[in-house]
Order: sequence, then C-alpha cells, then structure tokens
Amino acid sequence: MFRDFDFQVIFGNLDILWDGMLITLLLTAVAIVGGILFGTVLALMRLSKYMVLSLVAGRYVDAFRSTPLILVIFWFYFAVPIVIGRPIGGLYSVLIAFTLFEAAYYCEIIRAGIQSVTRAQFSAGLALGLTNRQTMGYVILPQAFRNMVPVLLTQAIVLFQDTSLVYVVGLKDFLTAADLIAVRDNRVVELYFTAAVVYFVLCLTASLWVRKLQRKYAI
Amino acid sequence: MIKVENVSKWFGDFQVLDDCSTKVDKGEVIVICGPSGSGKSTLIKCVNGLEPFRDGTITVDGISVGDKSTDLPKLRSRIGMVFQNFELFPHMTALQNICLSQMKVLGRDRDEAEARGMKLLERVDLVEHAHKHPVQLSGGQQQRVAIARALAIDPIAMLFDEPTSALDPEMINEVLEVMVELAQEGMTMIVVTHEMGFARKVAHRVAFMDEGRIVEEAPADAFFTTPRQERTQLFLSKILQH
Repeated sequence: MFRDFDFQVIFGNLDILWDGMLITLLLTAVAIVGGILFGTVLALMRLSKYMVLSLVAGRYVDAFRSTPLILVIFWFYFAVPIVIGRPIGGLYSVLIAFTLFEAAYYCEIIRAGIQSVTRAQFSAGLALGLTNRQTMGYVILPQAFRNMVPVLLTQAIVLFQDTSLVYVVGLKDFLTAADLIAVRDNRVVELYFTAAVVYFVLCLTASLWVRKLQRKYAI
Repeated sequence: MIKVENVSKWFGDFQVLDDCSTKVDKGEVIVICGPSGSGKSTLIKCVNGLEPFRDGTITVDGISVGDKSTDLPKLRSRIGMVFQNFELFPHMTALQNICLSQMKVLGRDRDEAEARGMKLLERVDLVEHAHKHPVQLSGGQQQRVAIARALAIDPIAMLFDEPTSALDPEMINEVLEVMVELAQEGMTMIVVTHEMGFARKVAHRVAFMDEGRIVEEAPADAFFTTPRQERTQLFLSKILQH
C-alpha cells in the first residue's frame, strides 16, 4: 500500500503544515481559555437565585447546544460584519464563534462541578465569616475545578478536532493546509493520511494523559 | 450574650422549630440534646444565620441575626462553628484551613496568620500535621483542626453541631478533651451533643429538644438527677442505661 507513497510532498511542505497547526492550536487555546472563563460566568448565572439570570444562561446553553457548530461558524462569519458594520476577517469571527459555542458546553461541565461540592462546604465557608463571593472563590470553585479537570480536558480534545471545521470560512488551519497541498500537488492520499496520523497521535497522547490524571484525582 | 426568643421555623409545611426560647450568658456552656430530627442542629444554625427562620428573634451580643440590615458575614466572623462532618476544605492543608479566614476576613497578613495558626495547632496537639491535607488525617485529628480553625477568628462564642457523632469511639475523647479545656477557660459555648459525660462535666445548663420544641431546660445537675418532664425522663433512661 505504501509503495506508491511520496512522502517528499510532506517534508517539502512542512512549513505550510506547521503554520496550519499554529492556527489550530491558537484556536483551541483561545476557545479553551475564553470558553472556560465565560462558561464559569454562565454557570454561576445558572446557579444564581435570581430567576432572570438563570433563565438567560439556561436559554443561551440550550440555543448553542441545539445548533451544529458548523452553522455557528458560518453565522458569525457573515453576521458579525453586518452587526458591527465592517469586516473583521475569518480568524476573529471564528475565535468569537468558538469561544461562545464552547462556553455553552463548559457551562454545563462547570455547573456540574460546582454542584459536586457539598452544600455543607458552603456553610463552613460562611460560618467562618467569608462572604458568598469569597466562599465561592476560595472554597467551592477550587474544589469544583479539581473535580472537573478530566471532563474539561476531554472537552478540549473534542474541541481540538472540531477546529478542523473552520475550512468552511477558508481559514488555513492544519487540515485546510493539508487539503490545499493535496489538491495543488495532487497527493490527496499522502496528505490526508498524514493529517489523520497527526490528529490521532496528538489526541491519543492527550487522552492517555487525561486517564492518568483521572486516576490521580479519583477519590 | 446569645438570646433566642420564640423562634419558629418551617421547612415547607413541616414545622422544625416551635417557639424556642433560651439564652446563653457570657462564659456559659449549654448543651442541647434530643432525638434525631428534633431540630437541635437547625436551632444552632439559626444562631449564626446559616438557616433563616420565620418567627421570633435571635440576638448575639445585642445584634439581631434575623434583621435584614445585619451584616451576617461580620456577625459570623465573631462566632466559631464546628460541624458534625468537620467540613475542612480538602484542597488546603491543615494550616491553610486555619489561615484562610484570618487573612480574608480579619485581614491579617500571612506571617501573622501562620504564627497564630501554629499556636492553635500546638494547642490541639497537631503541630506535626500542619502541612498535611485533611484526607491524610484521622477523623479526630480533622475535628481538632476544625476547632482550631473556628478559634482562629477569636470568636466571642462557639457553636458545636454534634462534633463527635461522626467519629470512631476511640477518637471521641481527644476531641472532647479540647472542648472541656475551652469550656474551663470560660468560652461561651452552645453544644449539640449526646455525650452526657461531657454535659455533666462542663455544662452549666442542659436543654432537651423534641419535635422542634425545647421541652425542658435546667441546670446540668438538676437535669440529670431530677428531670421534670416525662419525655425527658424517657430519653435519659434510654441513653443512660448502659
């Protein structure tokens, strides 16, 4: 099977592939950090005693979880320039789309994490004279994040794979870069095979690491 | 110092507290006992505002707990509380547990908080465990850290919510000893417990609760030797017969 493979096309285009990988990693990193930050806010809103806040956050999560990611990417690519009146380019629209989309998923993970910490721990914080906010910040969230590390990382792996969808707006991520070379040099099999191996190795490594962490944090 | 007047509370339709009144003077130790579900824990959680109540008033050092304008965090920072299941923060070491409120509530700096923390750990005989996490400690050790944590904010009164009921029998004494010492030093304490030996030894008064009511409250001696209410006599005969 490999007899007809021409791996020279891979080595000769490493720079293009690497640039693509940088875009993929940048997207993943921004969406993880932005998603977790915004997701935490959403989760706190969902758990708030104020009905309006929890309703708004709940609808937000429902809306994004009921929409295919590829549509969200499209939508932001075309809608954001209309809303703000000027084009912002593929990269920014995609960064926004991913962050907002991932926040909906992270919200649910973080909410479950917060609820995994017992009510009595909250009482213990309050009994020491800490305010609600301090108790959340120093007592509940640190424990919640500890409990959710494995799930958060699993979601990050899914996100890493999902970034390949940005090809629809012409952003040159890793897969798009591989695709461009494949079409240009007519080496489809080699490029797609390489892309698959790269995704597989990176995701498998991350998965094994998560499994190790899971064992470490298991109680 | 602590005054509870005609407090009633409902969980939905179920009345957990029914017209409870009692008071604790400075330096006094009162023990509250009674069967499970009688409202003892709920009552002391009302004292520092962890549980809201509908009717009646509770004042601590002249400040009304149920009043909407009361700064509850500030009030709670003057009352120490010890829980049945310790409730140490598992992501912090013993010393960090004791320093948190000193730094975030009282505004002490780290050195000052740690110095005070080590002194308190010395007092509960756990200096060598200062840098361990709660999971590495036995139940009795955890509860002693929890007492040190409650003392770290220099409270004017201490609330104990069944502090020994989650402990293995051989660990109960090490916790009770710390509590006895505290009582003898003149700490104002409300203790929910079934440890009648402790009650006899240090309590000034004992209250018996059943079905949300304080059925009987009397000086410790009188409570054990000549209980007036039939319900109290029945309860005492059950827990003291062995």
